[in-house]
Amino acid sequence: MRWVNRQIGRRQGFVLGALPIALLALVYVVLSAQRHALNPSDKILPLPSGMASALWGMMQQPDALTGKLVFWADTLASLQRLGLGLGIATLMALLVGLVLGVLPPLRATLGPLVTGIAVIPPIALLPILFIALGLGETAKVALIVIGIAPVMIRDIAGHVAALPREQIVKAQTLGAGSWQIMLRVALPQAMPRLLVALRLALGPAWVFLISAEAIASDVGLGYRIFLVRRYLSMDVIIPYVAWIALLAIAMDYAATRISRAAFPWAHPSASGAGH
Amino acid sequence: MLTLRDVWVEYGDRIILERVDLDVTAGSFVSIVGPSGAGKSTLLRVILGQEQATRGSIMLDGAPLPPECGPDRGVVFQRYSVFPHLTVLGNVVFGLECAEAPLFARLFGSRRKAAEAQAAEMLAAVGLGDSLHLYPAQMSGGMQQRLAIAQALIKRPRILLLDEPFGALDPGIRADMHALITRLWQQYDLTVIMVTHDIREAFSLGTRVLALDKRRHDPHAPHRFGATAVYDLPLDKKKASSESPAAQAGAAA
Repeated sequence: MRWVNRQIGRRQGFVLGALPIALLALVYVVLSAQRHALNPSDKILPLPSGMASALWGMMQQPDALTGKLVFWADTLASLQRLGLGLGIATLMALLVGLVLGVLPPLRATLGPLVTGIAVIPPIALLPILFIALGLGETAKVALIVIGIAPVMIRDIAGHVAALPREQIVKAQTLGAGSWQIMLRVALPQAMPRLLVALRLALGPAWVFLISAEAIASDVGLGYRIFLVRRYLSMDVIIPYVAWIALLAIAMDYAATRISRAAFPWAHPSASGAGH
Repeated sequence: MLTLRDVWVEYGDRIILERVDLDVTAGSFVSIVGPSGAGKSTLLRVILGQEQATRGSIMLDGAPLPPECGPDRGVVFQRYSVFPHLTVLGNVVFGLECAEAPLFARLFGSRRKAAEAQAAEMLAAVGLGDSLHLYPAQMSGGMQQRLAIAQALIKRPRILLLDEPFGALDPGIRADMHALITRLWQQYDLTVIMVTHDIREAFSLGTRVLALDKRRHDPHAPHRFGATAVYDLPLDKKKASSESPAAQAGAAA
C-alpha cells in the first residue's frame, strides 16, 4: 500500500506519537548516566532523580525573601501576565479586526497603521516600553499585546473581509444595517477564526513573556530560568522548560475544545453531521 | 412596477450593458437568458442595488432606487446565500429580527416565539418543516436553496431576484425546485426576475423571456459594445409549458 493511503488508527497513532518522545528521553538518560559515571557532580545533564528533587524543592520550600513557594509563585506570575496579554490582544483582534474587515472606510483609515505596527519587531520596542511604562507588570503585558495583537487583527480582518459578498448582500436584503451585519453576520463567523488565531499566537506570546521576564523581573518562569543559568542549574531549567511546554499544550488543547463546543457549525465533521 | 430607462453599465472603458430599457409589471416572472459574459448577472446586480448603473434611471414604484440593497428586493444567489453559523430557523428569523430589534438584531420572549412561528410556517411552505434545527452545512444543495428562498420571502420583497438559483443542482432536484418556485410565485403573488443559462428553465418558468446579447460587434475592440435585450418574448403562462419547444426555436432563430 502507498504511504499516502495508510490510515493510522487511534491507538496506533498514540504508540507512534509516543515513540520518538520515549526515544529522546532514553537517549538523554543514557547520556546523563554516562556523564555521571565519569563525574558524579555533573551539572550539564542532570539525572531524572536530580531534576525531580530540585523541582520538588522549588515546589515545597518557601523563598527566603518573599516567603512564597518559588515554583507556584513563578507559575502564577507568568500565567497572569500571559493571560492578561492574550486576553487584551484577543479582545483587540476581535474589535479592531471586525471593524477593519466589515467597514471599508475604517479599513482605509486604520489598515496602514496596523500593518506598520505589525512589521516592527516587538523586542525592538521593549526598551521603549520599559522607559514609558516602567519595569513593572504593565510593560511585560504590553510587550505580549504589541507582539501578537497586530498579527491577530490582520488575520481576523482578512477572514471577515473574505466572507462571501453574497452573504453581506443577502443580509442587506433582509433589512440589516452595518451594525447588525457586524453583530450577527461577521462577529459569529469571526469567533472560530479568533480561537485559531489565539492558538497560533500562543507560541509568540510565550516568547515575548520569557524575553520580558528574562530582562527585568523578580518572579516568573522566564525569570527563574535565566536566574539559575548563572549556577548552571540544568536540574531546574529542564523541568521548568518541560512545565512551560505542558502549559502551552494545555492552552492549545483548551482552545480547540472550546471552539468545537461553542461553534459546532464551524466543525461539521466533528459533530457527526452531514447527510 | 420596475422601470429601467436607458441603463448603461461600464467598467472603465469596458461596456457591459448599453441602452437597456425594461418595464416589469407586478406579478410577472421574467427570465433573463443570454451567453456567458452578456451581462445577465450584472443587470440583476444593478436592479438589486449591489452595483450602480453608469447612466440611466431605475425606478421602483415610481421612486428612484436607492444606491444600495434593501429589504424591498429579495435575492437568492447560486451559492453562499445562507448564513453557515445560523440554524435553518435562525437564518429565517434573522430577517424578522433585523427589522424589529435595531440595536441587537435579536428577539426575546414572546416576540421571538412569534417570529419563530412565522419563520417555521414559511419553512414548511418550502418543504423544510422537519429541518428547523440543522445547520446549512448539514443539508444538501437543494435544501440550502429552499432555505435561501424562505429567507428572502419572509421579508415579503416587492421583487424577488434569482441569480442562477438552480444552476448547481441535480436535474431531479431542479425539477422539484421548479415546481416549488412556481407554486410560491402563485401563492405569494410574487414578482420574480430570474437569471439562468438554462433556456428550457427560462421558458418553462417565465411569463416573459428576455435574451441579452450584443447587438453590435467590433472585432478589434469587442469590449466597446455592451449587451442589451435582443429578444423580449412575452409568454402566455398557460400555454408556455406546452409550447416551450416552439418558443425555444423562435428564440434561437
